[in-house]
Amino acid sequence: MSGRDRAIEVAGQVRDPEMPMLTLADLGVLRGVEVRPDDDGEAVIVSITPTYTGCPAMATMRDDLVHRLNDAGFARVEVRVVLDPPWSSDWISERGRAALREAGLSPPGPAAHPAGPVMLTLGPPRPAPPCPRCGSAATRLTSEFGATACKALYRCTDCLEPFEHVKEI
Amino acid sequence: MSDESGSIFDGLIGGDSSQWAFGTDFEDPLAGVDTTVPDGVDHGELAGYCLMLGDDALIMSQRLSEWCSRAPDLEEDIALANMALDLLGQARLLLARAAAADPGVVPALPDGSPVPAEDALAFFREAEAFRNVRLAEVANGDFAHVVVRLLLFSAARLALLERLRGSADKVLAAVAAKGVKEVAYHRDWAGRWFLTLARGTDESHRRLVAALDALWPLQDELVATHPLERSLARAGVGVDPASTRDEVDAVLDQVFAVSGVDRPDRAPLAGVGGRTGRHGTHTEALSRLLAEMQVVARAHPSGRW
Repeated sequence: MSGRDRAIEVAGQVRDPEMPMLTLADLGVLRGVEVRPDDDGEAVIVSITPTYTGCPAMATMRDDLVHRLNDAGFARVEVRVVLDPPWSSDWISERGRAALREAGLSPPGPAAHPAGPVMLTLGPPRPAPPCPRCGSAATRLTSEFGATACKALYRCTDCLEPFEHVKEI
Repeated sequence: MSDESGSIFDGLIGGDSSQWAFGTDFEDPLAGVDTTVPDGVDHGELAGYCLMLGDDALIMSQRLSEWCSRAPDLEEDIALANMALDLLGQARLLLARAAAADPGVVPALPDGSPVPAEDALAFFREAEAFRNVRLAEVANGDFAHVVVRLLLFSAARLALLERLRGSADKVLAAVAAKGVKEVAYHRDWAGRWFLTLARGTDESHRRLVAALDALWPLQDELVATHPLERSLARAGVGVDPASTRDEVDAVLDQVFAVSGVDRPDRAPLAGVGGRTGRHGTHTEALSRLLAEMQVVARAHPSGRW
């Protein structure tokens, strides 16, 4: 296995600190892994993008990437930020969506990407997602904001359990 | 507990900082991002423009974060904190962008201070160096007040960021593209609560109208043009806020109409000799806000405590 393939494999296994059922690759924040020869061998350059601008987990992601790659024998690791294009929940992989469901979280639907003015939405922001625990369609929005920037809070009126929905952006 | 063999806190100092959830080091929010200033754009003007957009976000974020633990229920408390966090993230990138464009805008700190440029801008400038609109800085009131403030603020900011996505400055364009998605959620939250309070009880309606009446004179500054904004709009880097006026009006009128609330008929709050927040002329509320926001950083300008 080439150094690049190995670096991609190691970086691809690092998990999101706030949703650890997802790898950074499945979440879509891992945007690139490059290996460049330098004076002492190889340096790894990893590119990540924030889910939300203020996401405080970026520093942890950076530290985790550096440590896992160091452990794998890459002594020099540089983590770069990619701002363009902005992260979209559409980038969460099928495997990631399955992992979210498995963990009792509701995966996002398709995001809207209007190029022009954004419509004001005074009604429900999206069709109510089915309960990830019991599958019931009888769910109600509790709050558009949750424990992390990327999640909304819902409640199932059948099984009465609360659950989190990863927001479309 | 502590004796000559050391303090129980020894293990917390030095060593591997990754034991902390969010690390202890400062990091560059623009690490690896191309911050080249577009040809023909004045570095100082670009920095000044970034301060306007960044200070709006920073000061609004600070006012929203003052709501922590004070909202009517836990969900709204979390919502306000989330929106404060989004705006803080935008402020951080914009202040970092200002510093990268023109390091001359960054206050000087003691030699060797590890405090990054965006923190120096946030914590070591005096009130008159801030370029935020006055709507962002006035003291908090009741829940209706924060709903109205956020509606007016996010309606204008969203319309502005929509246009800024086409900026010739790649950093501003990227910050705007991301910000649009975030601020759309803020505007919807404020719009829904505006409607809820307007159609709620007599008391919630009364409070909503009172907040709207009190804040309305500050709305105009959001869509008024400072010469710097006009200059950068001409260069294809910035957006003239006046170009958003019709769209902002349409959104606000839509909210007012479904809520059964009249558009206020109050004149804009005049500046002092024509100078407003964008010029660095603020209300006394900003000084009080900064006193609280900056006190810890100013006590430790070397970034260690």
